[in-house]
Amino acid sequence: MIKSCMRKILSTVSVVGLLCSTMVLPQNSFGAETQYFPVASSRVGPYSAMGTGYYGAQIDYMNYVNMTGGVNGVMLTWQECETEYNAVKTVECYQRLLQKDGQKIVVFDTLGTPGAYAVINRMATDNVVLAQYGYGRTDAADGRVWPWVFNAASHYWSQIGVKLRWMAEIEGGVAKMKGKKIVHLHIDSAYGREPLPAMRKIAADWGITLIEIAIAPPGLEQQSQWLQIRKEKPDWVTFWGAGSGMNSTAMTNAARINFPRTKMMYVTFGGAEEDMVPAGDSAKGTYVVANALPGTDFPLVKNIKDKVYGSGKGNLSDTSRVGTVYWNRGLGAAVMWVEAMRNAQKIHNKVGKAVTGAEFRDGYEALNMTDERLAAIGVKGMVAPFAISCANHEGAGKFALMQWDGKKFNKVKDWTAPNDPKFIRQLVEDSAAKFAKENNITPKKCS
Amino acid sequence: MISELLFFMEVLVAGLLSGTMYSLVALGFVLIYKASSTFNFAQGAMVFFAVLSFVGLMEFGIPFSVAFVLTIFLMIAVGLATERLVLRPLMNQSEDTLLMATIGLGFVLEGLAQAVWGVEVRRLDLGIKDSPIPWIADNLQLFISALDVTAGLVATTMIIGLTLLFKYTKIGLGLRSVADDAGAASSIGIPLKHIMLLVWSAAGVVALVAGMMWGARAGVQFALIDLALKALPVLIIGGFSSIPGAIIGGLLIGAVEKILEVYIGPYFGGGIEGWAPYVLAIFFLLYRPEGLFGEKIIRRV
Repeated sequence: MIKSCMRKILSTVSVVGLLCSTMVLPQNSFGAETQYFPVASSRVGPYSAMGTGYYGAQIDYMNYVNMTGGVNGVMLTWQECETEYNAVKTVECYQRLLQKDGQKIVVFDTLGTPGAYAVINRMATDNVVLAQYGYGRTDAADGRVWPWVFNAASHYWSQIGVKLRWMAEIEGGVAKMKGKKIVHLHIDSAYGREPLPAMRKIAADWGITLIEIAIAPPGLEQQSQWLQIRKEKPDWVTFWGAGSGMNSTAMTNAARINFPRTKMMYVTFGGAEEDMVPAGDSAKGTYVVANALPGTDFPLVKNIKDKVYGSGKGNLSDTSRVGTVYWNRGLGAAVMWVEAMRNAQKIHNKVGKAVTGAEFRDGYEALNMTDERLAAIGVKGMVAPFAISCANHEGAGKFALMQWDGKKFNKVKDWTAPNDPKFIRQLVEDSAAKFAKENNITPKKCS
Repeated sequence: MISELLFFMEVLVAGLLSGTMYSLVALGFVLIYKASSTFNFAQGAMVFFAVLSFVGLMEFGIPFSVAFVLTIFLMIAVGLATERLVLRPLMNQSEDTLLMATIGLGFVLEGLAQAVWGVEVRRLDLGIKDSPIPWIADNLQLFISALDVTAGLVATTMIIGLTLLFKYTKIGLGLRSVADDAGAASSIGIPLKHIMLLVWSAAGVVALVAGMMWGARAGVQFALIDLALKALPVLIIGGFSSIPGAIIGGLLIGAVEKILEVYIGPYFGGGIEGWAPYVLAIFFLLYRPEGLFGEKIIRRV
């Protein structure tokens, strides 16, 4: 009796153990060459809408790659760790995910500027690429100072430059911006203030009056900020928030003071379907900047729906979220990982083999996502074409503009660069050089 | 000058209206504190759990009123489970132990809500507009929405109802006696278990109402849990055990934080309303620790 009971317990434990191990090392990992990736997800907490979509897409894509033969035969494995979008927990997760079964991570993606700042100094020491897909430390775009950090495909200073360009276009040109008043309404954090160095300089050059107004997180209460906006009567509001609470509340508060939503331009991390829907009719007309456009018509999105979700292996329980802003952004990030790995295999003659962090870095730096390549992958039009170089870790520096019609986003401006990309690049180089000097870093030579 | 004065009035009114929303959340804390002298750290999670369940039920096609009643029953069930599984085993333990238990309960409810209903942000349409009432906007230049007015009326009704319950009913008398000395109350036959169940259920219903008001404005989402942090200075100022204190504290915090944010905030880089209420609360802790309406506790040494 006791023996049979023990046997039952042991068999249950083994089944649970097997299930757990398959969760960590998914498909085809038995015997095949594998490459291990970390998924530092944020599925719970105020930023869960963003985290579930973004990291869900990364896992979906890795599953898809495995189902279609891996990266030149190398199967992808991953392990997840919950950061709750918290910088301290991001560091814990980084440490926990760093190594698995003797294999080290080659890339880390925090999906958040606070988390990126928390781990950024570990990258060179640990030989891990920090992939900041449109977020994070902006001057890391100077690859000579930050060889292990990438902002591909575009960073915050380019984004604010593009936003101001679109405002100028709507107003009738840069000359017409003189005397205009813009409120930069932002979350009271490093992320909220990240675009300010570029924004202040452009505003001064164009003769714009810039008013900076901060919102304390989580931002469910913004009456005082919007009363200030009502008093100032700005021509535009650039919104730089995070978390659905803050993002949707800004639109409902704008509606309360009758501020036109067609004069509000949201940051990439402030505007997704999950931010618009809770605001109801108040969201209608709001502009949102995109570094990956939503949509289910892209061939890769369709294939993932068919193959991964069709076989019941999809990561999201709500399949209607496949093809939304956050999901497509996560897909864009994972596409870069796999492409970088493919490049690394080719550069270092390791086709069919796993790559090291240093090799992966070389592969990332060799990213050349032309329209043809994006079409071959099945995401042409979803992201801007871009190429990375030794010195330029930003890539495209381009964004698209969407507008919420009450039910869905519509693209209103195609991939656009700032008015003066060289000016933005100069700001990046100056800031990186200052950092290098302060920290006794000798910038890498890029021939 | 007149426009400045009008603007100040607008800031003040906006603050007072926000304050009523804080008061709604603070009421739930007061109920628990009155019965067990414990700050219920799970109240924010209860707000989230209640309103998420309400919206979740409606997503199944259940009508508004039925979903509301079902959620009330659900919150009573949560109160029952809390009494059975958390409070009863911890009966006669120190207040610190109960405090820790409420922190744990908060995490359980947070996780449970997300596991059952998912993490997606939901829209809650109560059919009450959150846009300025035209007549008030045109004639008084004040941007007050119907939702603001509703929140104020709901808060006032709840305060009157709960005050009457505590002051003029046997249940209220029992509650007050338990809060004063649970041991003595038990020895004269007041059923502690029933009192606790009643209080936690009432706190659950208050959480649902507060969650509905906040959810209608900002969407039903995880960030509602952080409202508990707004209620803390409200309670310190109003007094942990006073129902009128919750409303006065809420109004005071709402008005002060808005005035400070608008007039002082720009000198500090903005965003000061996140911490300014705590500064005010610290002053109260130093000079009037029992709050404006709290009972002064005198202990024999």
